[in-house]
Amino acid sequence: MIKNIALAGNPNSGKTTLFNALTGSKQYVGNWPGVTVEKKIGTARVGNKTVNIVDLPGIYSLATYSMEELVAREYLESDEPDLILNIVDATNIERNLFFTLQLIESGKPVVIALNMIDAVESSGGSIDTALMSELLGVPVYPVSASKNKGIDALLEAITNDKNPDISTVNFYSKNVLSAIESIETVLSIDKSPRLHAINYIEDGEKKLEGHEISKQTAGMLEDMVQKLTKSVGMDRDMIISDEKYKFITGVVDKCVTKNNMYHKTTMTEKIDRVVTNRILAIPIFLGVVLIMFSVAFGSFGSFIKGHFEFLINDVIIEGIANFLTSIHVSDWAYSLVVDGILGGVGSVLSFLPEIAILFLLLSILEDSGYMARAAFITDRMLRKFGLSGRSFIPMIIGFGCTVPALMATRTLENEKDRRLTMIITPFMSCGARLPVYALFTAAFFVQNQSLVIFSIYILGIVIAILSGLILKRFVTGDTVSGFLMELPEYRFPTLKNLWRHTWERIKGFIVKAGTILVAASIVIWFLQSFNLNLKMVSDSSESIFGNIGKLIAPVFIPLGFGEWKVAVSLLTGFVAKEAVVGTLSILYGAGEAAASGAVDITAALSQVFTPLSAYSFMTFTLLYMPCVAAFATMRREMNSWKWTLIAVCYQTAVAWIVSFLVYQIGGLMVKGIITADMIIAALAVLIVVLSLIAYFKPSKRKKNKCASCGACCNSCDRK
Amino acid sequence: MTLSDVKPGEKCKILCIDKTNIIRKRLIDMGLTTGTEIYVRKYAPFGDPIEITVRGYELSLRKFEASLIQVCLS
Repeated sequence: MIKNIALAGNPNSGKTTLFNALTGSKQYVGNWPGVTVEKKIGTARVGNKTVNIVDLPGIYSLATYSMEELVAREYLESDEPDLILNIVDATNIERNLFFTLQLIESGKPVVIALNMIDAVESSGGSIDTALMSELLGVPVYPVSASKNKGIDALLEAITNDKNPDISTVNFYSKNVLSAIESIETVLSIDKSPRLHAINYIEDGEKKLEGHEISKQTAGMLEDMVQKLTKSVGMDRDMIISDEKYKFITGVVDKCVTKNNMYHKTTMTEKIDRVVTNRILAIPIFLGVVLIMFSVAFGSFGSFIKGHFEFLINDVIIEGIANFLTSIHVSDWAYSLVVDGILGGVGSVLSFLPEIAILFLLLSILEDSGYMARAAFITDRMLRKFGLSGRSFIPMIIGFGCTVPALMATRTLENEKDRRLTMIITPFMSCGARLPVYALFTAAFFVQNQSLVIFSIYILGIVIAILSGLILKRFVTGDTVSGFLMELPEYRFPTLKNLWRHTWERIKGFIVKAGTILVAASIVIWFLQSFNLNLKMVSDSSESIFGNIGKLIAPVFIPLGFGEWKVAVSLLTGFVAKEAVVGTLSILYGAGEAAASGAVDITAALSQVFTPLSAYSFMTFTLLYMPCVAAFATMRREMNSWKWTLIAVCYQTAVAWIVSFLVYQIGGLMVKGIITADMIIAALAVLIVVLSLIAYFKPSKRKKNKCASCGACCNSCDRK
Repeated sequence: MTLSDVKPGEKCKILCIDKTNIIRKRLIDMGLTTGTEIYVRKYAPFGDPIEITVRGYELSLRKFEASLIQVCLS
């Protein structure tokens, strides 16, 4: 009986979409290779039968390179899955079937779900699934996971009690097969002899883990391999893969009618001609990012936000406050609800519209397939800073939330690249920090609100890049890692998917506001209303918080915000960055203000901050250590306390230094000691010096022209 | 010549892949085996990485990786 089904296939072939269709689950789907980085388990039900379906990260081959791929391979090779449901992208069938052949060869029962069959058909092509099934020796079901077609037949087949047959189809040509068979005989290993023989041909003895062979046998085997490479005219590690691809070409020729596969490709090609054009690519890329922010934080965003704020402050908070007054609750209860909970949570929630717009736009980018192009365009630039084009996707996701961004770094193959990317990803300003900017810009930069917010985002990016430059020496060294990435076809984002993505993220934000932030608001209210003797105080500076705040506040005096309330708000920001706003609101009495309609928090803030120190504060909020959820994720993903602590200490130190520079240099500018001209001149000198250093730095990497090839590759000499 | 010398719009065939680099195995698994035809579609804005069409799909790889692949024009 089938209990566990592993869902396996190439990256971006639609595994998660199929998983959602089979299980009715709502897992995250995007259009770039490597969306799923962990395995996820769901159940599918047909009648009274249930099966577990495990969604695995996409892999190209059972030989693995990156961490997420290892997750997939380990599960596939374990004894747990009773059946492998192999999803094959019908629009990219050749490359997808390579992995299929490896799966079939591994000796487990395989069922193929031929996905995106609708795309092939709509372009006038067709695939003979019956013939394909016969040639491969495994059942093939045409489906369209995104349109929910063919799912029922597939479900029926995989929940069937009957154990499916294991394919015995041979992929190899005569002389390769006979070589494999004779190596099998010589090795005489009982468990999966075919696999061992193939591994031996590809990699020699080292792949025979645990199976000792005598010197004599080894010599015999080497002779066999030698003979084979001579007759095929190819290196030993290429023979098996090449034979598989030859077999696939045969299958594709017989089963696939590519009447006109160009129809769809042309669309992608046309878009790419513009979007990755040598001249236009960078302006378009910058334009996309700029549009994203100006829609979210420009007039459109603030228009919606204005109405939403009215709803929260003037309708909900005031309504509840009036109700509480009318039923004559005691002072402390009123204070807890209005000042504590409503003040803290309400001020955070009022930023929901802007965050929702940003999330929606990010989802459009993710679903369309532009992310992979952005990585393609930016790779060269990012490499200069010790990063890779692949670092770009986590960095963009970081604008939404740092936690999934840190998870997305798993697609980086090189562990050191990955570590560096994780250290700098938190500098990408996440959605939770937005309320802080929105609050301060509304108070101090009314005229240029979206411009100032944009500058903060840019500052984050610049600091991330500079950090890359500084840290790459210590973290990544001079290693050269690969950048093999598939560029997927553009797809029109479906409304269903967009809604699902955006809603998932908004929900996360609301849930956080409803749980952590409510709890934090209560705790903050308590800490600022009571002193160490647990007596309610009228002056909050005598409260517990007041005492802690006064202790750490001096650290922030050089940054322009030495007030204890501000220092405390930064501490609570470790719980969640939105809490900074919540705390400030509670401490400066926003709940009361919104209810009475008298003073609002912006007025209170303008007593404490100047525009300059407000900017310095925003800078600090942007850069200092991320929230506890991000911290925990970083710890898990880096799997090292040392590096996690280095990362957060680095981030906090950078935050202090940059805010210090902002406040001090800005202060000198205000006094007229430094003028804008001088700063521009200094920046120009800096750029010249840096580029001179970059220019004259001896390049350590040798120009590699396949130097070893003449010796290594017999096929070169022949041709 | 290596794949990194091939101009956009040109087609070539793979002769061999550098044996010393670990990326070799990956390239082979992605379908870049001896005799495979490659179409060089374009270079990225800064001349690196490059985009190729191989076995009916689009793949991007850095010039460094391309320089590990010996090809002849076809």
